[in-house]
Amino acid sequence: MEIQVKSADRNLLLELGGELDHHGARAALREMEEALDAALPRKLVLDFSGVTFMDSSGIAVILRARQKMQLLDGSLLVRGVSPQARRVLDAAGVSRLVTIK
Amino acid sequence: MRTKAVNEVTLSFPSHSRNESFARSAAACFAAQMDPTLNELEDIKTAVSEAVTNAIVHGYPDAIGGVTLKLRILEGNVLELTVKDHGQGIPDVDRARQPMFTTGGEERSGMGFTIMESFMDKVAVRSAVNRGTTVVMRKRLAPRLKK
Repeated sequence: MEIQVKSADRNLLLELGGELDHHGARAALREMEEALDAALPRKLVLDFSGVTFMDSSGIAVILRARQKMQLLDGSLLVRGVSPQARRVLDAAGVSRLVTIK
Repeated sequence: MRTKAVNEVTLSFPSHSRNESFARSAAACFAAQMDPTLNELEDIKTAVSEAVTNAIVHGYPDAIGGVTLKLRILEGNVLELTVKDHGQGIPDVDRARQPMFTTGGEERSGMGFTIMESFMDKVAVRSAVNRGTTVVMRKRLAPRLKK
């Protein structure tokens, strides 16, 4: 699991890559929290284009991001979700809570 | 219910989280002989990932223990996946299967069983406290036209 952090004008872009399972999600959660605390963004974009596999561990990452952005009174966009990851999110009803493109 | 297997394989590994990736890849490799669609392969990988993660996180929260993954092909193009641990067990299986229920803290979503149920045709869970948990899942793959 790799994460590229790009931050400008309180817009934070996190590009996730690799397999987002329980093993990978621990590092992803930690890096996301550090990046959020450093940038205090108004807008967070999670880009899943590089994610090759995702299970319910990815749901925990997205829900944590949602919670953090609510605390910051900001917005969250999830994009680049593969059909497999989309089915996981749909089965869990996450697509009703978060904007996914 | 015991059904005769056309082919089967059993894998055992310690509950290191890096084995989650190994387990789902191994299941996909075994299932490849059933000529699955890409969607079916992804469903299998996702369900195995959830069940193995449960064994690792909840079966052995404070230790490393053994996890067994049994893969069987049954008559009628049915794949059976069994994930077994000898860990601490689930006190209330019905409650554990409820969406959003988790004892795993912030890094877990509580959606593991929901995903397994949504991606597989059947999910059965047997568990006994301090004895371990067995999850048996079945999925019938769509018959493909033979060339």
